[in-house]
Amino acid sequence: MSTPAFIYDAIRTPRGKGKKDGSLHEVKPISLLTGLLKSLQEKHDLDTSKVDDLVIGCVTPVGEQGSNIAKTAVLAAGWDDKVAGMQMDRFCASSLETSAIATMKIMSGWENIVVAGGLESMSRIPLGSNGAPWAEDPQTAMDTGFVPQGIGADLIATIEGFSREDVDAFAVSSQKKAHSAQENGYFDNSVVPVKDENGFTILDKDEFIRPNTTVENLAKLNPSFEFVGSLGFNAVALSKYPHLPAINHVHHAGNSSGIVDGACLLLFGNEKAGKDMGLTPRGRIVSSSVTSTEPTIMLTGPAPATYKALEVAGLTLDDIDLFEVNEAFASVTMRFQKETGVPWEKINVNGGSIALGHPLGATGGILIGTVLDELERQNLRYGLCTMCAGGGIGIATIVERI
Amino acid sequence: MTGFIYEKNEQDIVTITMDMEGPVNTMNEKYMELMAETIERLESEKDSFKGVIIASAKKTFFAGGDLNNLLAINKGDEEEFFKANEINKQYLRRLEKLGKPVVAAINGAALGGGCEICLACNYRVAINDPKSQIGMPEVSLGLLPGAGGVVRTVRMLGLQNALPLLLEGKRLKPERALKAGLIDELADDANDMIEKAVKYINANPEAVQPFDVDGYKIPGGDLKNPNVLQVAMIAPSMLLKKTKDLMPAPKKILSVAVESLRVDVDTALRIESRGFTSLITSDVAKNMITTFFFQLNELNAGGSRPKEIEKTKVKKVGILGAGMMGQGIAYVSAKAGIEVILKDISMEAAEIGKDYSRKICDKLVSKKRMDGAKKDALLNLIKPVEKDEELEGCDLIIEAVFENIELKKKLFKDTEKYLTKNGVYGSNTSTLPITELSKAVSKPENFIGLHFFSPVEKMPLLEIITSHKTNAQTLAKSFDYAQQIKKVPIVVNDSRGFFTSRVFGTFIDEGCKLLKEGVDPVLIDKLARMAGMPVGPLEIHDEVSQELSKKVAATNRDLDKMIGQEFSDIHLSSVEVGNRMIDEFGRGGRAYGGGYYEYPENGKKYIWPKLYELYHNPEVNLPHQDIKDRILFRQVIESLKCYEEGVFESVINGNIGSIMGIGFPPHTGGVFQFINTYGLNNFVKRVRELSDKYGSDFEVPQILLDRAEKEELFV
Repeated sequence: MSTPAFIYDAIRTPRGKGKKDGSLHEVKPISLLTGLLKSLQEKHDLDTSKVDDLVIGCVTPVGEQGSNIAKTAVLAAGWDDKVAGMQMDRFCASSLETSAIATMKIMSGWENIVVAGGLESMSRIPLGSNGAPWAEDPQTAMDTGFVPQGIGADLIATIEGFSREDVDAFAVSSQKKAHSAQENGYFDNSVVPVKDENGFTILDKDEFIRPNTTVENLAKLNPSFEFVGSLGFNAVALSKYPHLPAINHVHHAGNSSGIVDGACLLLFGNEKAGKDMGLTPRGRIVSSSVTSTEPTIMLTGPAPATYKALEVAGLTLDDIDLFEVNEAFASVTMRFQKETGVPWEKINVNGGSIALGHPLGATGGILIGTVLDELERQNLRYGLCTMCAGGGIGIATIVERI
Repeated sequence: MTGFIYEKNEQDIVTITMDMEGPVNTMNEKYMELMAETIERLESEKDSFKGVIIASAKKTFFAGGDLNNLLAINKGDEEEFFKANEINKQYLRRLEKLGKPVVAAINGAALGGGCEICLACNYRVAINDPKSQIGMPEVSLGLLPGAGGVVRTVRMLGLQNALPLLLEGKRLKPERALKAGLIDELADDANDMIEKAVKYINANPEAVQPFDVDGYKIPGGDLKNPNVLQVAMIAPSMLLKKTKDLMPAPKKILSVAVESLRVDVDTALRIESRGFTSLITSDVAKNMITTFFFQLNELNAGGSRPKEIEKTKVKKVGILGAGMMGQGIAYVSAKAGIEVILKDISMEAAEIGKDYSRKICDKLVSKKRMDGAKKDALLNLIKPVEKDEELEGCDLIIEAVFENIELKKKLFKDTEKYLTKNGVYGSNTSTLPITELSKAVSKPENFIGLHFFSPVEKMPLLEIITSHKTNAQTLAKSFDYAQQIKKVPIVVNDSRGFFTSRVFGTFIDEGCKLLKEGVDPVLIDKLARMAGMPVGPLEIHDEVSQELSKKVAATNRDLDKMIGQEFSDIHLSSVEVGNRMIDEFGRGGRAYGGGYYEYPENGKKYIWPKLYELYHNPEVNLPHQDIKDRILFRQVIESLKCYEEGVFESVINGNIGSIMGIGFPPHTGGVFQFINTYGLNNFVKRVRELSDKYGSDFEVPQILLDRAEKEELFV
């Protein structure tokens, strides 16, 4: 018999533009985490000696974001020495995975309170800083058909027949939904302002949203992957999809996930530990499944992972009230909808990573918090968060509001 | 006309002459206004000139931040301060990005904010005047250079070169500032400086800061360079070893310096402002600004010196006794250009005393800090003698023989006659009442206590002790002599143990008391250091030696009989423990083969194992904070008693004396400032807790109660 595991809270930093002029560029990666840890502790008057572990997803764990930053953050935040700490990387799926691991740890009965989450300071530690044999070792790259993700995204659009106008329209809708959610304060429950050592607020809301985006102004942007595709990656991709005459390059900065800085934390625990600490459960993870798909197209994992998670949970697509399908690229979410037939009204109701940004290691946990807030707001029961990730990985996590 | 005067000459070069109201240019509200106007005008007229020279109409270039303003910033004002600081930085940023060459013409001292203005120019020329100083001493006041000083030095000089300047707050002569890279060129005089500035402007019509050029490589490399990364990794431990984490400013400086390398200039500047803001209202900054700036300035300006008397200089000093103290006094006096007669009972002993100076000079010469000619000149000033007659013509005689009243009195009688008319007779006693000693001389009004600290050439303090009979001239002359030999003089009234020895005694005593109570001796010394004392009470007792304590105690007993008054040291644990160490175990101190510690010839000292048998009780487990507080609070309470008894009139003497003479932790601002910052009522409360637990040494002095009731700070 497994022990039920609850989500007691989900908090996050606002997402800052992941460039030099982004508000969070001046904030050290460690500080993004320690700010949240301190805030979580204060909010619940948490006795941190009761926390078994902190599991943090981080995709680029090098330099000032490196070497198991989870443990370092525990120390820097002044949490009890007993809290262990682990950093892990499942590419973009990292903090859906850390949340799943926290749940499993508790369900196994081996641990009582686990904090999960994720972190990515993309402005300070640029994507790719940690290197990768898949991209950098020619033998491996050639044997396995490596292409950059954007090529995969464009390949999806080509196969599914999404035009440039389609993907741009999707991006515009993401912006509008995100803007409206922000204006209506739907993110306020989760967002903890990032402050400096003096207590001055550095950033208190997501700053990547561009509410004035239109299909017309997006049309002016050049496709991002046309050139690199033309060098050879298109040919590599097409060798796996020989029926296609060419790849239609539709993705650009405006309809791909934004590069941002951010972090999130989720507090998990079993019923007794929660009660002892005076915590009220907000939800639970019903199931979380990973799978992997053809690696060259790379980004088609969400639908198969979703079916897998539904099967584990004993639920059907219809049981799910809200879907968070990470907008790594517009075509990823559009394909998921097409493949599953889930009505658009249930998908990314408060926008997604195109408008809000995708702090790689932190996004999964943010999605759980976002869907949980929305389930509470609308008084609904089930939410499903799904993401594509490097190498073809797909992950889906079903959340139940309590 | 005051302000920033804007003049364009026929060569189309603009000179901004800073001439603010008051004796110096300083960073205050007016400066912000003037700088704003200046920048606006420079930017709008930039097509009409070739370059800009920033100059000063004062003797100094620019004096830095206005500390009165900084001290007035209270908790709650931080956000406003941060914003103002960011605006201030924007002006400097716009100055360096003007697109036309901007040269700092550094005519005199450029410290703190003044130095930072120079760094925000594209080029720096300084007049080579060895008296002028360039640098950023903010750290010594608990602050960091918050006008871009950290960010710019790290980028311009590299992390390794910038850190010592920033962390030690070095003030450099122009020549050394050039070597350090803080300035670019030296000039012989004002004309030469302007010529060089003009030459730079003509040669660099579109000057930009090197670090604003794409592809700029920081000297020594950035954090990707293993050597630089190693500095970032090792420096924190070195800093903590030194500061015991009691000093927030160097910690913040180091953090900001390293972090500045991870981001662009503008972000780095903002990070620096946040760090600066975090320090500005810190207790340590307030303490250090109060004590090391305002109070020290007041002291050095003669706050305790009779004002009506003209300044004097000692020409010839006689020193009686060429032992440890005498030889040190001889060195510092000769170094100040004073002729020294160094007398001991034999020529041989006197020569040994002079050798001390020779050794110091040799060391300096080998380090290239002194040249041969200077060494010869210094040594030629010291004349070792064995006959009293050689003292003829001294305008100051300082007695520095061991603490024996009869011996001292005899010496005074024998040698007083050789003094010039109204010459000063000083005694370097550390404990004997000056009033009592002065009974031996015919002119007690010219007699005074001059208490030096060992090693004399390193310790910055001179404790001047006046008896009831000491006259104003004698005090003024003594004060002037202290300044002549570059010591900081505190002035105290005669009392048993004066100020420093009395308080220092309680420090050792508390250590010995803890030892007697069974506390691990290692812990006692460690916690004393962690509380901020430079060494622990047991270590220092070994250094001054239990033997000396015993002698002093014996002298005090003689004195008790002589003057019919019992001195409080009779009850001290330090006397009891020290005497036991000598009488039962022959352990008289480090110089006598060991004390509480063993001193192996080739190795580190360690606790004498028997000490554990004698005193240690593993069941005694006092809270560490109690031990630290006992060590500091004992000294503070004793200082309060001194103040209560009128040992000094101004707490300034107590603050400065405790830090410079005893090594009381500098971050506290001294014994009295410590109480202010702790909060008077909190302090009373804590003292009561200590007295409940640890006895009568922690009784609350009446003066503290009175002050706490009125909430009247010790200022």
